[in-house]
Amino acid sequence: MSIKKAALAAAVSFIAVSSAFADDIKFAFIDPLSGPMGPSGEAGYTSFLLAAEHINNNGGVNGDNIVVTGYDNKVNPKESLVQLQKAIDDGARYILQGNGSSVAAAIIDAVNKHNQRNPGDEVVYFNYAAVTPDFTNEGCSFWHFRFDAHADMKMAAITDYIKSQDDIKKVYLIGQDYIFGQAVASAAESQLKEKRPDIEIVGNELHPLAKVKDFTPYIQKIISSGADAVITGNWGSDMSLLMKAAAESGSNIPYFTFYGGSLGAVAALGEGAIDRLYQVTEGITNLETSDEQYALIEEYKTRFPEYDYYYHRAFNTLNAFKAAAEKAGSTDPIPVAYALEGLEIPEAYGTLTVRAEDHQAQQNLYISTVAKVDGESVKYGVDNIELGWKLVDGGKIDASAAEQPTTCKMERPAKP
Amino acid sequence: METIVFALLNGVIYGLLLFMLSSGLTLIFSMMGVLNFAHASFYMLGAYFAFTIMGATSFWIALFIAPVLVGLVGAVVERYGLRRVHANGHVAELLFTFGLAYLIEEIVKIIYGKTAVDYKIPDLLNFHAFTIYGASFPAYRMFMLFIAISMLIGLWFLLKKTRAGLIIQAALTHPHMVGHLGHNVPLIFMTVFGIGCALAGLAGVIAGNIFVTDPAMAVQMGPIVFVVVVVGGIGSLEGAFLASILIGLLQNFAVGINANFAEIFWFLGLSPTSEIGDITISSLAPVMPFLLLVLMLIFRPRGLMGEQEL
Repeated sequence: MSIKKAALAAAVSFIAVSSAFADDIKFAFIDPLSGPMGPSGEAGYTSFLLAAEHINNNGGVNGDNIVVTGYDNKVNPKESLVQLQKAIDDGARYILQGNGSSVAAAIIDAVNKHNQRNPGDEVVYFNYAAVTPDFTNEGCSFWHFRFDAHADMKMAAITDYIKSQDDIKKVYLIGQDYIFGQAVASAAESQLKEKRPDIEIVGNELHPLAKVKDFTPYIQKIISSGADAVITGNWGSDMSLLMKAAAESGSNIPYFTFYGGSLGAVAALGEGAIDRLYQVTEGITNLETSDEQYALIEEYKTRFPEYDYYYHRAFNTLNAFKAAAEKAGSTDPIPVAYALEGLEIPEAYGTLTVRAEDHQAQQNLYISTVAKVDGESVKYGVDNIELGWKLVDGGKIDASAAEQPTTCKMERPAKP
Repeated sequence: METIVFALLNGVIYGLLLFMLSSGLTLIFSMMGVLNFAHASFYMLGAYFAFTIMGATSFWIALFIAPVLVGLVGAVVERYGLRRVHANGHVAELLFTFGLAYLIEEIVKIIYGKTAVDYKIPDLLNFHAFTIYGASFPAYRMFMLFIAISMLIGLWFLLKKTRAGLIIQAALTHPHMVGHLGHNVPLIFMTVFGIGCALAGLAGVIAGNIFVTDPAMAVQMGPIVFVVVVVGGIGSLEGAFLASILIGLLQNFAVGINANFAEIFWFLGLSPTSEIGDITISSLAPVMPFLLLVLMLIFRPRGLMGEQEL
């Protein structure tokens, strides 16, 4: 389809450009590129391709070019390890992955082992979306960097917002039945208890990941529970299908989500999404920003018309890499990883700091809801319809407020 | 109360959809003695054909044309594929359909891409039919119910009340005798295979837009359809009908139940915080059909209405 061609064209065009220059820095993008979660992976992949292209066109990283290659893991941890090995054999020293904490956990483990067994041939893993808090707490690793806010951080933003909504008395939790969904549910439970002890949790449902095709029975359960609001960490097709069933049911319960921006979720609800679907992200296209960023958003949309500029963190990831490599004067994993620790880079919606203790990026978070495109405050629509994301009142959470403590005790290799 | 009403409504609709899929499979089995592994692939083809035709014309045209096209594809597969392979016995046929399922999936991936296509329900049916207990019931689901029941009546009429149906029934059990009476048995086989595929295609047309139309839909639907056929009793249409409704209801009721193991097996002293006590019935919903399959094979191997043991 057209997106494939566009992605291919992008890949081909910068391979052609890069061959004219010096060395390549190989990045392996290991995420679903087929199946029900395929669109999530492709939206991330295309973002990385464009980010790499921009960096390469502006002189690259220390004169070298970033090459991003896609590896389809079908959101399967086992398949991911096969793809990881393939990527390492192909010469990739940097791994990009985000869809599915189950996969991320497997990759962290595999990368730790690989680096222990192959000194001098280390790989570093940039996690752009797998947000189970453990990865930057007990399970933290020197080789892992996370550029997305983790579940506790996002949940803190959501529960802070709910705290101010007095008409919410009953909350229903629904999520995907794996490490991430469980983390979201437990974060919601503990944080609501602390911030709004009067709120009753009327349901705590976990459904299989990427298996449910019809969420109608779940939605009807939510409605009959009498919930005033739903909190969900669902992503990809689980998000858009949940919204499809919600739209069909005609109920107007608000949804507080991590990934309401998943492809097709807004389109599924249509105008029903207005003031009803909320998401918490590191940025939305309709925030005040630089002309350069607006141009980037528009370029992304022209190049990949099936998707929207959503993975801002993909751009942050590669920009942080570039800054770190330049600071270290090297593109090798260990110096880059050390240079990333404590690194601060300006980005379109604030400043991003890579916290040295646990390698968790600290950045502003924004709570937004859906509104009609009006050309002014809501300039860009999503899902190719006239609805886009708009910041809610008091929806900006400064990086310092979004920050959560960590229990990480990191083991570091010898500094080069 | 509302849980029961919702589960009944959704269960019956899902059950009828399963029947649409499994009726063709069970007919083909009783005719050829072979489980058609590619059956769910025809369901997928139905959805994709409808998506394409809808893009060019309208949903209503797709509703009629797509199943016919799928039926034709099925007939061609029988005429030029299965019939030749048939000479080499059942195992060859089984392997043939197994390979065919993969082939169809790959072709679909090449033509339509690896991710889901945006197959939408028609605007005309995009409204709420009625509201019960605060939840609206979409008109499109009522339409699905209507199509499924029409198909049920149509199939029953064709098989039980027409001369053609009489010959088909005879050919299913006594093909040689029917052949000796001067009927073209291979033609009957091809027609039945085609009709079976067309029914699966029809299921794809009406279900592809409320579920997801992607290359994985066949693989996901396939196992459930086999469960229906085995639980109902292989080769029995009535059994397939009962099993479809049963599985539809079972899955929907399971999702609606909030209880966990600790609450059900309280007399065993199971703690709600333990690994097993923590399991909720609703989280078991996807496993239910397979649990039924296993239990059925152990306690009643011929299925609900089947005449022969597996």
